[in-house]
Amino acid sequence: MPSLGAGMEAGILAEWLVQPGAKVKRGDLIAVVETQKGAIDVEVFETGTVTRFLVAPGTEVPVGTPLALIDTGAAAPTPAAPAQVAPAPATQRAQVSPAARRRAEELGVDTAKLAAKLGGEVGIADVERAASKAPAAGIRPGMREAIAAAMAQSKREIPHYYLSVQLDFSAALDRLRVLNAALPVPERIVYGVLLVRAVALTVKRFPDFNGYFRNGQFEPSPRANVGVAISLRQGGLVAPALHDVDSKDLTTLMREFMDLVSRVRSGHMRSSEVAEPTITVSSLGEQGVDAVYPIIYPPQVAIVGFGTVVERPWAKDGQVAARRVLTATLAADHRVSDGHRGALFLDHLRKLLVDPERL
Amino acid sequence: MKDPDAVRTQVLAVLATVAPEMDAATLDPQVNFRDQMDFDSMDFMTFAIGLHKAFGVDIPETDYPKLFSLAGCIAYFAAG
Repeated sequence: MPSLGAGMEAGILAEWLVQPGAKVKRGDLIAVVETQKGAIDVEVFETGTVTRFLVAPGTEVPVGTPLALIDTGAAAPTPAAPAQVAPAPATQRAQVSPAARRRAEELGVDTAKLAAKLGGEVGIADVERAASKAPAAGIRPGMREAIAAAMAQSKREIPHYYLSVQLDFSAALDRLRVLNAALPVPERIVYGVLLVRAVALTVKRFPDFNGYFRNGQFEPSPRANVGVAISLRQGGLVAPALHDVDSKDLTTLMREFMDLVSRVRSGHMRSSEVAEPTITVSSLGEQGVDAVYPIIYPPQVAIVGFGTVVERPWAKDGQVAARRVLTATLAADHRVSDGHRGALFLDHLRKLLVDPERL
Repeated sequence: MKDPDAVRTQVLAVLATVAPEMDAATLDPQVNFRDQMDFDSMDFMTFAIGLHKAFGVDIPETDYPKLFSLAGCIAYFAAG
């Protein structure tokens, strides 16, 4: 059972997505795990053949519990397996998974109808989607507590400092408009992608804002996996990662960003996305706030908040003009960096965002 | 000029793929999706791509504000 975020102690193995005997490679989806953040698709760490499941669907197990045995071809020792675990059912997957059936009972969803409507397999996400069409499903049970626990831990343990900068975002927005005018609808880019990419390029220059504070020390990460805070319409939020943002162009990032949002909405986040952000971006630009003062997600050590792009009088070279202005805020961990470094970080970020050719 | 009812049905079908929890019966056609369904920019992009595919027309970015509500979408595509 992988750890999928600060404070997660256990998870429910909801569903196997492969059968014993299946050949899997690192990164393949092999199971669905139910957590307070929702159903998460678990990616396998090894390449090999699935020989046996150690945990049956519907079982809650602590983080760190082996879920399955995978023969990697090497002379790997076989972990002693609990013998009482039931083997996975038959070769054919049931139309409605056991976990989905249980969830359907909780939510009062008719799985027979749903299966008929979908014309095939029914998973937890389908059940929840069907249920959410019923009157106000509300925030996922346990999610508010999970958010509270992570944020309380952050406020208790991380000595935050905050810095902010206002920047003229007009040139970047103009460049995007020109770019998008030449692109078909499916390839157009939203400015949020620029923000995420600018943060990734900045952490490559300032590694002391990128990584994890664990066991009393900072571990910088060689990757720039930018977590993006996505609010859920039912309430609550998640902040899964876009991976290796520094090495991807805007078109690729846009496609991955849209794919991520749609999977968050449908309950198909992947374990690496949940577990691996190295810094987070929180943009409340669509809610009309001037600035965001974000709280760091442990064990990360920094988070960047963006407010709304607003038209403001902006003085430059002795002239005042109307410009589209954006406020960027950095919250960072004093155990790792100081305000001076933070100021350099923000200034670098600002330079990228006012000069979009560099993105 | 297309039949507004047919356009409405098509727009709602696209909307349902972006916001499955939406209830067409309580949707106010005059109010922005953002204000009544918490649409964010990524949701809108997904919606715009869906409309582009459903109606088979290019939609210039400058027209996006016309598509922020159900009534706006119907007017836009019925006229097209």
